[in-house]
Amino acid sequence: MDRPPVSRGFKSRRQVSEAARLPPGQYLTTDFPVLSAGPTPEIRVADWKIALQLGGSLLETWTWDEFEALPQTTITVDIHCVTKWTKLNTVWQGVSFDDLLKAVGLSEPPDAFVMAHCDGGYTTNLPVADLVAGKAIIATRYDGLPLAPAHGGPARLLVPHLYFWKSAKWLRRLRFMPRDEPGFWESRGYHNYGDPWREQRYDGD
Amino acid sequence: MTATDAPLQQPKIEWQIGRVLAIVAETSRVKSIILQPSRWSGHWPGQHVDIRLTAEDGYQAERSYSIASPPEEQLLALTVERVEDGEVSPYLLDELRVGDALEFRGPIGRHFIWSQTRGGPICLVAGGTGITPLMAMLRHRKGSRPNIPASLIYSARSLADVVYRDELDTMARRDLNLRLVYALTREHPSDWNGHRGRVNEVLLEEHSFTREQNPTFFVCGPTGFVESISSMLVTLGFDPFTIKTERFGPSRG
Repeated sequence: MDRPPVSRGFKSRRQVSEAARLPPGQYLTTDFPVLSAGPTPEIRVADWKIALQLGGSLLETWTWDEFEALPQTTITVDIHCVTKWTKLNTVWQGVSFDDLLKAVGLSEPPDAFVMAHCDGGYTTNLPVADLVAGKAIIATRYDGLPLAPAHGGPARLLVPHLYFWKSAKWLRRLRFMPRDEPGFWESRGYHNYGDPWREQRYDGD
Repeated sequence: MTATDAPLQQPKIEWQIGRVLAIVAETSRVKSIILQPSRWSGHWPGQHVDIRLTAEDGYQAERSYSIASPPEEQLLALTVERVEDGEVSPYLLDELRVGDALEFRGPIGRHFIWSQTRGGPICLVAGGTGITPLMAMLRHRKGSRPNIPASLIYSARSLADVVYRDELDTMARRDLNLRLVYALTREHPSDWNGHRGRVNEVLLEEHSFTREQNPTFFVCGPTGFVESISSMLVTLGFDPFTIKTERFGPSRG
């Protein structure tokens, strides 16, 4: 189909000032919707650990206090959910992926892809190129406050330039892998990469 | 490697034009749109479609709507609730007419789905129009394997807000393997002998089968509702992996 048909009687709500920041098919929201595949896990930071893994071997684990002691990064970004909402100017704090690599003495990533593993069995796959050079953090605070469980607390991945399902909630492990493998939503009909600006929502987009 | 080296490249789910065959008023805030797709290779109960509206200046709005009809039917039923100040739902409820063309694509999603081949028991918990994808499951079950044990716990503000009420009541009357429970949170008839108020742990435990029966849960509704129900189910001892959720709102539809 070359040009979509005009929907009779549908009136434009184009907002010129913000249009440039809205990827195709997205609309602005000011609240913060919650979407997940199952129940919200209850995680006590006293029991929490996060791990960095290369293939089958463990590179490092951090307890909550150890993780909090790593260099902190604060970013203000727009986030885009595949369910169509976009939220502008969200403020997050956490540890950048770059600083995590530095913390284990890696000058460059050992593999080209990463699988993020989470409480509840959720996974999502990412090219390493989309995590380095300031593109991703492991967020522990939203708007200056500890990240709420429903929003992925105590810690979630934040990769704001991709659809928000890639910013996996309840992150527990990042695993380097030499070849790409689909994660949870990626094997259930959603796009493998998920660039909102190319509207890569579903398989084949 | 570049990002486009996807390991599994599927055919694109193409936009298509559906013809509106009928519009059914379900409640004062909810209508079902009966759509004739130009092509359709079937769907799983629980899947959704995306609808796209285009204004004369090219402006577009997209939203997702769950499919209420079972895969056995050739027509697609989408059930739409009015979102105050929304931009798509008021159009679908107030402007759209029988005979109109409606652009959409689907079916989408392979997590919140059930089919009779997966067996049961199934425990469905709906908050408001969260009933929609669950209705597709119940209609599919009725048309294929009605002996699969099922329960529906349906929370609505009042009886008048219960979508598909006649169909559900009829379905449950004729089906000993289906248990239907309404929880009315705001208003109830004076002679109401069903549950009053929000769904609580006692009600859930009573109607959700036992842990030994290993039911699969499908919980759909507004965010707060789904958060509350799914954490109650975990507290009751059900395995989180058996609890599938679909949350919507609060956002403009």
